[in-house]
Amino acid sequence: MSRIQATFAQLKENNRKALIPYITAGDPAPEYTVELMHALVEAGADILELGVPFSDPMADGPVIQKACERALKHGTSTLDVFKLVTEFRKTDQKTPVVLMGYLNPVEALGYETFVKAAAMAGVDGVLIVDLPPEEAEDFAVLLKSHQLDSVFLLAPTTTLERARKIAAAGSGYLYYVSLKGVTGSATIDVPAVATKLNEFAGITDLPLAVGFGIRDGKTARALAEISDGVIVGSALVGRIAELADRPSEMAPALKAILGEMRQALDA
Amino acid sequence: MSKYADLLKLPDARGHFGRYGGRFVSETLSFALEQLDEQYTRLSADPDFQAEFDRDLALYVGRPSPLYPAERWSKHLGGAQIWLKREDLNHTGAHKVNNTIGQALLAKYSGKPRVIAETGAGQHGVATATVAARLGLKCQVYMGADDVQRQAPNVYRMKLLGAEVIPVESGSRTLKDAMNEALRDWVTNVDDTFYIIGTVAGPHPYPKLVRDFNAVAGREAREQSLAQIGRLPDALIACVGGGSNALGLFHPFLTDDEVAMYGVEAGGDGLETGRHAAPLNAGRPGVLHGNRTYLMEDAAGQIIETHSISAGLDYPGVGPEHSYLKDIGRVKYEVATDTEVMDAFEDLCNFEGIIPALESAHALAFAKKLAPTMKQDQHLVVNLSGRGDKDIMTVAAKQGITL
Repeated sequence: MSRIQATFAQLKENNRKALIPYITAGDPAPEYTVELMHALVEAGADILELGVPFSDPMADGPVIQKACERALKHGTSTLDVFKLVTEFRKTDQKTPVVLMGYLNPVEALGYETFVKAAAMAGVDGVLIVDLPPEEAEDFAVLLKSHQLDSVFLLAPTTTLERARKIAAAGSGYLYYVSLKGVTGSATIDVPAVATKLNEFAGITDLPLAVGFGIRDGKTARALAEISDGVIVGSALVGRIAELADRPSEMAPALKAILGEMRQALDA
Repeated sequence: MSKYADLLKLPDARGHFGRYGGRFVSETLSFALEQLDEQYTRLSADPDFQAEFDRDLALYVGRPSPLYPAERWSKHLGGAQIWLKREDLNHTGAHKVNNTIGQALLAKYSGKPRVIAETGAGQHGVATATVAARLGLKCQVYMGADDVQRQAPNVYRMKLLGAEVIPVESGSRTLKDAMNEALRDWVTNVDDTFYIIGTVAGPHPYPKLVRDFNAVAGREAREQSLAQIGRLPDALIACVGGGSNALGLFHPFLTDDEVAMYGVEAGGDGLETGRHAAPLNAGRPGVLHGNRTYLMEDAAGQIIETHSISAGLDYPGVGPEHSYLKDIGRVKYEVATDTEVMDAFEDLCNFEGIIPALESAHALAFAKKLAPTMKQDQHLVVNLSGRGDKDIMTVAAKQGITL
């Protein structure tokens, strides 16, 4: 059983929902990332999504675009991201880490090198935003052979027929994009999300986590009630941007945001 | 039979040209692209749709465009006879309108009331604004903030045509960033918006349909060559940024094995300086904007900034079909530096009374090198893909003149 599966199994047993924060590796500079990862776990994160910086993050809104720019300004490479995960794993062997990014930096490294290094570093799953299952066959085989989960996206526009294929190709969990838009977009239509998730729940045993546009405990709670977990990104990354020149305040600030969401989920 | 016969079957059903092309997009767009693919497959076989497209090209764009013998320049160069495919004479002044007419018809048939586009030099933005005005569609055009500065006349033309130009401040503030932003818009407004991509790149089916709409230039040039030269030309030359004018010219000739083809990339300050926009000559395969193709990227896979005197070629990728044509050797890809481009630009003004677009002047610059190596009874067709009125500020600045 993978670390991600074990996490969801445990949550289910305790009748709890997964809280999955996202930060971009190397933002605002690589030396802060591991500290922030630990802080997020302390504040109640069940799984961490760690963004691999890319120069052209087409699915992301301005908040995460700027995070990528900050990370790249410090030269954060994909290999650096593996080093950060290795460092994190020295003191946390329990919390699953999922890398989220775009395909080109992976191709630049080569699929095999990427997957081997990810497995060695203690990564548990990989989500490549611009790699749909149709194009992912070779990559998925490699991930599987190294016991890494392939996390895929489902969207409001995904048909049931397509969702079946995506669910069959995925493992760990499925990431439902709550709205038509980029990360950090404005408003989530909770009833619409519920309708779609209901459809999808019938076709897969994989946990369904919801992300995009979740910025407060209330929304997190509402979405957790209709899913297996929530993903929070831009709300945290936006705070990192505000505190970029006051780095000692970043960890406490992220803990405050995530702690509120944890409370809302567990209440 | 041509050894290249299989090329006409590409792309395959999933949009691949060999290992290139494909559909690398986030999930939200998958459905819209599947719908577009179905719609285009259906309409491209529909005689009514084709008739409407052809009628628009004739009565609105002014097709066919002439194949003009550049006799005085050819004589000056002292080699092959150079023929110019005059896409600069199209309505809006470039080949771009062939594609926007086609895609706007697709938008109309799909019932979507809003179109968006990305633009570099502004030619595609103008061509999109033009057809949107004609069909009564709401139009927003994304343009890198730097390009908004250096292409001010086209920005104003778009505004006159009722489009809204949205300057893009992210990344390198040029064409690739405009495309990122247009994709973000499309993800958000996919239900009511048709994305009119301006070149033979992007996710499947865009590279195919943009090629098909532009291929009218190649079909005409092929017929005109037979009529005016009495045979097919010995070589074709076109500039390549994303590569839509080049594929439009080349595609109908792909299985004419005796016709050589040259795509000319933006050499900027020279390949050796790293300041250029020549992914086919100096890049390597990767994935950007929905397709696998040659890219300008650093060792870590980050996209790097490009440089070219012409905003329309200032793009770090290239259409995936070009990547395939390069690998199999059907088309040779050359570069022209900014200096060579300026020289050819001036030649065409002085010898033929035609002010070419700086993009097209890349093709002319290579023609200037190639023609003298050929015999006088050989024939070169150069795609004069656009006119240069939009570039006079850039050229003047290069010459140290303030207008």
